[in-house]
Amino acid sequence: MAVFTRPRQALVIASALALTFSATACSSSGSDTNSNADSPECAAYKAYQGSDGEKVSIYASIRDAEADILQDSWSQFEKCTGIEIDYEGSGEFEAQLQVRVDGGDAPDITFIPQPGLLNRFAAAGKLKAASAETKAMAEQNFSPDWLKYSTVGGTFYGAPLGSNVKSFVWYSPKTFKEKGWQVPTTWADLLTLSEKIAASGEKPWCAGIESGDATGWPATDWIEDLMLRTVTPDVYDQWTTHGIPFNDPRVVSALGEAGKILKNPKYVNGGYGDVKSIAATSFQEAGLPILQGKCALHRQASFYANNWPAGTKVAEDGDVYAFYFPAVDPAKGKPVLGGGEFTVAFADRPEVQKVQTYLASPEYANARAKLGNNVSANKGLDVNNVPNPIDKLSVEILQDPNTVFRFDGSDLMPAAVGAGTFWKGMIEWINGKDTAATLDQIESTWPK
Amino acid sequence: MTTAVPVRAGTAATATDQPTTVGGRVRKRLNSRTATVVSIVIAVVWTLPTFGLFISSFRPEDQIKTTGWWTFFSDPQFTLENYQQVLFGRSSSSGQLASYFVNSVVITIPSVLFPLAFAALAAYALAWINFRGRDWIYIGIFALQIVPLQMALVPLLRFFSQGVSLGGVTLMPAWDLADEQRFVQVWFAHTCFALPLAIFLLHNFVSQLPRDLMEAARVDGATHPKIFRTIVLPLITPAIAAFGIFQFLWVWNDLLVALIFAGGGDETAPMTVRLAEMAGTRGSEWQRLTSGAFVSIVIPLIVFLSLQRYFVRGLLAGSVKG
Amino acid sequence: MNFDFADEAPKLVMLLYGLVAFVVVVGGLLLLLDVVPNWFARRREARLVAVADAGPPAGAARARRPRRAEGLFGLFFLLPTVLLLLVGLVIPAIRTVVLSFMDGGSDAWVGLRNYGWLFSQDEIVRVLINTLIWVILVPLLATTTGLLYAVMVDKARFEAVAKSLIFLPMAISFVGASIIWRFVYAYRGEGQEQIGLLNQVVVWFGGEPRQWLQEPPLNTLLLIVILIWIQAGFAMVVLSAAIKAIPGDIVEAARLDGVTPWQMFWQVTLPSIRPALIVVVVTISIGTLKVFDIVRTATNGNFDTNVIASEMYNQAFRYGETGQGSALAVFLFVLVIPIVIYQIRNLRKQREV
Repeated sequence: MAVFTRPRQALVIASALALTFSATACSSSGSDTNSNADSPECAAYKAYQGSDGEKVSIYASIRDAEADILQDSWSQFEKCTGIEIDYEGSGEFEAQLQVRVDGGDAPDITFIPQPGLLNRFAAAGKLKAASAETKAMAEQNFSPDWLKYSTVGGTFYGAPLGSNVKSFVWYSPKTFKEKGWQVPTTWADLLTLSEKIAASGEKPWCAGIESGDATGWPATDWIEDLMLRTVTPDVYDQWTTHGIPFNDPRVVSALGEAGKILKNPKYVNGGYGDVKSIAATSFQEAGLPILQGKCALHRQASFYANNWPAGTKVAEDGDVYAFYFPAVDPAKGKPVLGGGEFTVAFADRPEVQKVQTYLASPEYANARAKLGNNVSANKGLDVNNVPNPIDKLSVEILQDPNTVFRFDGSDLMPAAVGAGTFWKGMIEWINGKDTAATLDQIESTWPK
Repeated sequence: MTTAVPVRAGTAATATDQPTTVGGRVRKRLNSRTATVVSIVIAVVWTLPTFGLFISSFRPEDQIKTTGWWTFFSDPQFTLENYQQVLFGRSSSSGQLASYFVNSVVITIPSVLFPLAFAALAAYALAWINFRGRDWIYIGIFALQIVPLQMALVPLLRFFSQGVSLGGVTLMPAWDLADEQRFVQVWFAHTCFALPLAIFLLHNFVSQLPRDLMEAARVDGATHPKIFRTIVLPLITPAIAAFGIFQFLWVWNDLLVALIFAGGGDETAPMTVRLAEMAGTRGSEWQRLTSGAFVSIVIPLIVFLSLQRYFVRGLLAGSVKG
Repeated sequence: MNFDFADEAPKLVMLLYGLVAFVVVVGGLLLLLDVVPNWFARRREARLVAVADAGPPAGAARARRPRRAEGLFGLFFLLPTVLLLLVGLVIPAIRTVVLSFMDGGSDAWVGLRNYGWLFSQDEIVRVLINTLIWVILVPLLATTTGLLYAVMVDKARFEAVAKSLIFLPMAISFVGASIIWRFVYAYRGEGQEQIGLLNQVVVWFGGEPRQWLQEPPLNTLLLIVILIWIQAGFAMVVLSAAIKAIPGDIVEAARLDGVTPWQMFWQVTLPSIRPALIVVVVTISIGTLKVFDIVRTATNGNFDTNVIASEMYNQAFRYGETGQGSALAVFLFVLVIPIVIYQIRNLRKQREV
């Protein structure tokens, strides 16, 4: 759900400010859009030309400073093709999109972060199938792992846009060096390290799952990460599609593993209080005690890089950095949990399809990456174009052939569970409800 | 905290003697120490949260997140940074709060005028024009208050985007509004949603007008429009003003209707949409929440404070039973 | 701030159109109703005069005119309202009822399944109880507070200022108010510096900080405080005006009878403002049934704080379960029936008088 875009709202001031200036500079110099359509820098856009003066509306959940970057990322495309892109971002995206589509006022293109939601619109016949050009472009640049999430009943609806890696544990390289701790490489190692830190009288972990009306999602990520590590990817897929019941013994054991940390009063919640305080701590603030040495570890996605206060150095030798959330048995591959949004369309006018195709291209992925704060699973993305270290690490993980990628499970499930009872169940679980009762309750709400 | 109040106020009421007028009686009561204390307690409880927000909005980010706003008084650290961020923003598109302000004004004025006028007409008709079924119409309108706004959004949006057709025959074409024209949709929606409550409140005033007055006018041969204009309207002006202020506050603070019918662009979106985008979604970014929230309440506050005198005095003068 | 007046001009033109439309529609309606019947009346009178000159009496024809026109006038006065309500509320209400018998995607009939779902959920019992607590406590406490305050500051030296303070929350949106109060209820672990006022007060008195919004049933009460905080201003303003409208001679008569202020309050003030009191209670009750922003912003219905309206929004719009969401909305309609019946009886009584 909002899991994916929400956190990335907060941006590093410096980059946003720089963009503000560059954006104004651009718009003042190149106000005349048509004159330079044949100029050399437009050569790459030849294929998309021919819809001069047409408008395409895009509606998504990306807002504020990041929306500016987004609009900047396709400004050259607009200049060279003459297609005008009207972008609108909203915090109420998921609910409002439903209202607009039902009301017959759908946008041309939208970026949907939940394959579950994409499925719903596709099944209702609201989405338009991607054009042959878009499909070819997507197949050329993305792995089948990714494309299956936007394929419903054999029809392909659109390519992924941005992506993120969720299997990360944030830590402070400085503190680790001082105390002589090692970055763990297996789940058992991670538990040993936690015990070692707890023995020194410090709480090893900090966590927070409060996120306004999306409260609970960070806990579902924990469960999904552990599912992915304790069962085979196939079983994970069955779990997300209800091939196995939600209260299957294997899910129970995954919760048990997560509980070893999240429900252990000796391990959590550094800087905030007891286990229950996890439910009330906002996920944006949750990891910050690492900087004050009140906790050592915080499991959160790559986008958490944006939540550190200005002036924090995010790097392998900096104040904070993240390591890959270790597998139980590294020999069996590298399970990675992640998310992303998909560019799908409610209209099939030529200019709409052109925009859709362009957004799937490596040219776009690279142009967007250069502006910072973005990761794409696009194979054509050059790692050297990615400015910050954690995004670089994410791209490397995504492009690693050993990686077994799986999409965030709660985004795949029907919203009533994935954005409803699964979240709520996790809150109650943290608040003291036992594992079996929690899972039984979620199972009972799966839409029939 | 509020439950403690009524109990103590009871003692306050018995503690006084010899009333002269309602006002005098009350003044006497105010003199009693308990009543004064109680009203001060209520006033403080009602003001403190907002005051805390106001103080917080001037504190630096790390201070807001780590210490309570009351520490400001022992350790004053003052910054305009938060307001700077909200008003001028980190992003290029947020430098246009003034533009969103204009949108809010353009949305609000007709959205207050239309429901008021229609509701006044309807309230008069339901109270003083004799025709069959009028009580049922009134009850029906009253009951419509319960229809949740959220459930009305989709059908209304469809009305605008697809028009009305019955069995393949187009009775009304789609409106196809773009950019500034979308204001019309917002006005329309706000007017629809405001009518039931407006009619309920105004009907209450209109139906209490003295019967003799109306009958005298009828005997003189005045038509309904004439009675409405020359007798009813001046008498219920205070009630209209009162509802006008409430409606103004609701429209100004509305987010849901604006999100659906105005969209998020700077051509039509009001300030609430813009502020929600910047402040409301930030979870724990208290520094933006506080300053953003304050920016959003300044205008209603000014409007209320400057009109309040007319509003209360108006209601007073509008005493129609005297 | 790159404010460009030229960009704003089209909006102001739209506003102008809006205002012109207002004058044309409302003014036109009144003019139409005034001029047209008058013209007919004059013609009829002219005819009557002509007839009267000829001999027979004119009284009978004159008397019939208003009776016939009466219904027509009612129709025209109500026309804009009825049309708008039809499009904006009546059709949506009917549609909601229809949808409540269909499945999530609204493409198949499922009979009463959604209602079955409604009553089979354990959670829904909680939701019902919570809604009930809300709809009892909010109107009661908001009205009482507003009334007491109105009585106490009436004619006081700082009346205007004092009233503004209580009215102030009305100027804040529900979302804004929820944010303000989340700040009041904020929690930090024991031994740390508190940032929430409520916990700080508790700590000052030597208590332990608590996670207020996570502890049922206290959390529901704390959310209710938010709505009371908002609505008390509404109650205060309306009731204050009603109190000021109590005729002086009634008060004087009571005084001559030697009643105590306590009796005065119960026997004079309260009966005199009864209609206003009913309006306030009814309005706040209906507003409370529909409350959803507060719960959604503060807890999103977690920790046993859910209410019908907020669950309805989640089901219909976030989970895509339109059928179940509609069933909840219909249930909301049902809950308001007692208030409607009360209103009908009220109206009957009024007509009899």
